[in-house]
Amino acid sequence: MANKDTKLLEVYGLKKYFEIGKQKTLKAVDDVSFYIRKGETLGVVGESGCGKTTCGRTCIALYEKTGGQVMYRGEDVHLMKGEKRRKFTKQVQIIFQDPYASLDPKMKVQEIIAEGIRSHEMAETEDEIRKRVEDLLVTVGLDASYGNRFVHEFSGGQRQRIGIARALAVEPEFIVCDEPISALDVSIQAQIVNLLERLQKKRGLTYMFIAHDLSMVKHISDRVMVMYLGKIMEITTSENLYLKPEHPYTQALLSAIPIPDPHVEEKKVRIRMEGEVPSPVNPPAGCRFQNRCPYAIEKCQIEEPVLKKVEDEHFVACHRCKDLKK
Amino acid sequence: MDTILKVENLSVLFRTYAGEVQAVRDISFEIEEGNVTAIVGESGCGKSVTSRSIMGLIKKPGIVSEGSKIFFRDENILAYTEKQWEKYRGQKCSMVFQDALTALNPTMNIGKQITEKILVHRKVSKKEAWQEGIRMLELVGIPNAAMRMKQYPHEFSGGMRQRVMIAIALTLNPELLIADEPTTALDVTIQADILEMMKGIQKEQGMTIILITHDLGIVANFAQDIIVMYAGKVVEKGSSEDIFYHPAHPYTEALLRAVPRLDVMEETLETIEGAPPNMANPPTGCPFAARCRKKMPVCEQRFPDKITLVEGHEVCCWLQREDK
Amino acid sequence: MDRNAMKKLFLSNKMTVVCTVLLLAVLLASLLAPLSPYDPDAVNVAEKLHNASASHILGTDELGRDTFTRALYGGRVSLLVGFAAMCVAVVIGTLIGTISGYKGGKVDMVCMRIVDVFLSVPSLLFIIVVYSFMPRNMVTLVLMLASFSWTRVARVVRAQTLTLKERDFVLAANALGVRQNVIIRRHIIPNLMPQIIVAASLSIANAILDESALSFLGYGVQLPMASWGSMLQSAQQYILHNPILAIVPGSMILITVLCFNVLGDMLQQILDPKLVK
Repeated sequence: MANKDTKLLEVYGLKKYFEIGKQKTLKAVDDVSFYIRKGETLGVVGESGCGKTTCGRTCIALYEKTGGQVMYRGEDVHLMKGEKRRKFTKQVQIIFQDPYASLDPKMKVQEIIAEGIRSHEMAETEDEIRKRVEDLLVTVGLDASYGNRFVHEFSGGQRQRIGIARALAVEPEFIVCDEPISALDVSIQAQIVNLLERLQKKRGLTYMFIAHDLSMVKHISDRVMVMYLGKIMEITTSENLYLKPEHPYTQALLSAIPIPDPHVEEKKVRIRMEGEVPSPVNPPAGCRFQNRCPYAIEKCQIEEPVLKKVEDEHFVACHRCKDLKK
Repeated sequence: MDTILKVENLSVLFRTYAGEVQAVRDISFEIEEGNVTAIVGESGCGKSVTSRSIMGLIKKPGIVSEGSKIFFRDENILAYTEKQWEKYRGQKCSMVFQDALTALNPTMNIGKQITEKILVHRKVSKKEAWQEGIRMLELVGIPNAAMRMKQYPHEFSGGMRQRVMIAIALTLNPELLIADEPTTALDVTIQADILEMMKGIQKEQGMTIILITHDLGIVANFAQDIIVMYAGKVVEKGSSEDIFYHPAHPYTEALLRAVPRLDVMEETLETIEGAPPNMANPPTGCPFAARCRKKMPVCEQRFPDKITLVEGHEVCCWLQREDK
Repeated sequence: MDRNAMKKLFLSNKMTVVCTVLLLAVLLASLLAPLSPYDPDAVNVAEKLHNASASHILGTDELGRDTFTRALYGGRVSLLVGFAAMCVAVVIGTLIGTISGYKGGKVDMVCMRIVDVFLSVPSLLFIIVVYSFMPRNMVTLVLMLASFSWTRVARVVRAQTLTLKERDFVLAANALGVRQNVIIRRHIIPNLMPQIIVAASLSIANAILDESALSFLGYGVQLPMASWGSMLQSAQQYILHNPILAIVPGSMILITVLCFNVLGDMLQQILDPKLVK
């Protein structure tokens, strides 16, 4: 890990709203602030509709923002234009969830991976491009000869490797991994996660790892951020998150994860949430989790809790977590 | 305990442009009455095709090979006529699918979809059927059941829709319920709720359930028996205790270790290198041989016969044969 | 879907094969028209309105011209006009459709309103009016026909572009800093091909129909050049006594247009993966 305090990405009060017809606004990401240090992996978890994917995409300016600020190495990513923006796309990359939708079916693997190299003029001749693509294929664990094939000839895991090679082609330092394994089979998931970890060590990459699978996130991340309805509920180290989760939502989420061990599973105590996730178009007042929280009090319905530090590296947005500890 | 379902030498193949895909290759197993049996495996292992065969839902280009037999209480259901199938599907065996949104008719309210099934199979009045529908919705934990009967599928959340699907499957009290990845499309918290609900009903009514899944986690506290499938073959089967604590097949072992556990801090994940074989041209030997760390020369030549380790725990692996 | 599977799907459908064979036959016959011993425009009043015979297999018309030969030459004109109009329509339609769909916002608004205007003008009437102060030749005809059929292509292309631009692979190209025009050229247009091919086959059919209608009204190709439409027009006087004069060009139009339409529908089914499943 590089200097422990170099913050690569700093996010301040980021908002991303989508207009969805008649004066309805979907607040996908609503006033979130966090940072990512150089060389670390920040896991982002939450259930569907919590805004984790939108958050990732807005952070690298794939989506316009509605409010707030995202600073990459001290520069506002949404204000970058022209050459600056292009330089930014060379530093920051993304890996997608669906390995079927994220690769152009009409292109050969060679062309898909070469796209970034061409776009940033990183090679002089066609031979050099070919050589680079072959190296990348080998790096991600594929055969160098696969370049001449079309995508439909590959399995999900192999496609995901191609997606990783495409991202690596421009030699980025920061990669948003947007649920890169959730569409894959269990035995393939571990392969991809190990590949990502190996690449991180070798190239000093920084990851923002988005997933709904808490156990995989815990495994790969240094710190984890839990989102619910467009807000951050808790951020802490992955060890803390499992050992001493503070937010009731985090606790409920953790207790819902099945553990492949009948004896442990039998003894597990579940923290139940009431009802269902409200719509992000019309979130509840006060704390977003208030109407499902087993510990909610009147204050939770009125005042929105802010992220507060409970210890080093541990921030929680909850009015009740101090009382609950006692 | 009685055997409710017995699958004997079941083979299913699909004729496609890419050639003949052998989705299920000569598998046999039994389901005990009142038990929850999980069929576990990755995509393409044949677990869904197996469940569809039990429901008689294999359609062209799929073909159930001659010589395959499925006995439901000593009756070979593969010899059924279409009429018999219909009766069987309604009253003896029913199925819950992964995708509740496509399995429900978007233009019909939930009440109609439940009562329709009751009215076809039972001689009751519409009103009685409606009451029965409300009872079913209550059974699967849907609040305000009477009001929700009049609502349409799109007015339900993903989790509630899956509950509706289960309610429909449970009407007419089937003896066997097949749940094909019932919670895969859902969030973990919703998944936990639904599994808990299913567990409750199962305990209460002593229903027989076949749970098809890729997730060993959800099986842990639910199934008594587990069948592990790989590349169209049953590679191991046994009690939950056997499979989780004494896995005998390297694939089962690897599968258990490839999932990171929340309660353990591991440095690196153990992986199963490579990918499952192409089922249009499956290997002659053990299909897992190419990815197996303990591979021996014999593994690639012949598929190992079934060996019983302890009562009820069977495995198809050459390693175990050597030990004996 | 891969090409082999598509080929097999195409060949396994009887309708597509029959239509393709018929269309190829019409095309080939038209191309080989000069092999006929007769001049399509040579007047021979002595042999006018003959019935079918060994020398004139489909008889002759009111000026003694061989009907079969004229139908073949007419096919050349009709098919050429249809094909050319389709090409122009597809190029314009694809260009405007992709830009409109990809850029969105005001550009999209303006483009779509232009399309609406074109769709609200009665095309035949408009062409007839324009003809009164434009040189009457094939180029004008093709441009006029194309100017009303590009809108259909543009709409289809725009709708598809809207979904394509949200696809992850386009987002990925954006994240790689690929320039917008390159994204349209390399990612959007190749993935539009199925829709474009379908729209093209339907638009040939329409162009041939429109051309026939115009020629029938006397505004299409100019005499003595024949097209199927103009043959129909001259046949209408003799329809009671010599119906074959109308039946020949009429059925040629019917077969060709029907084949293009059916082929378009079938291709849509083959190329659209959602329907194939």
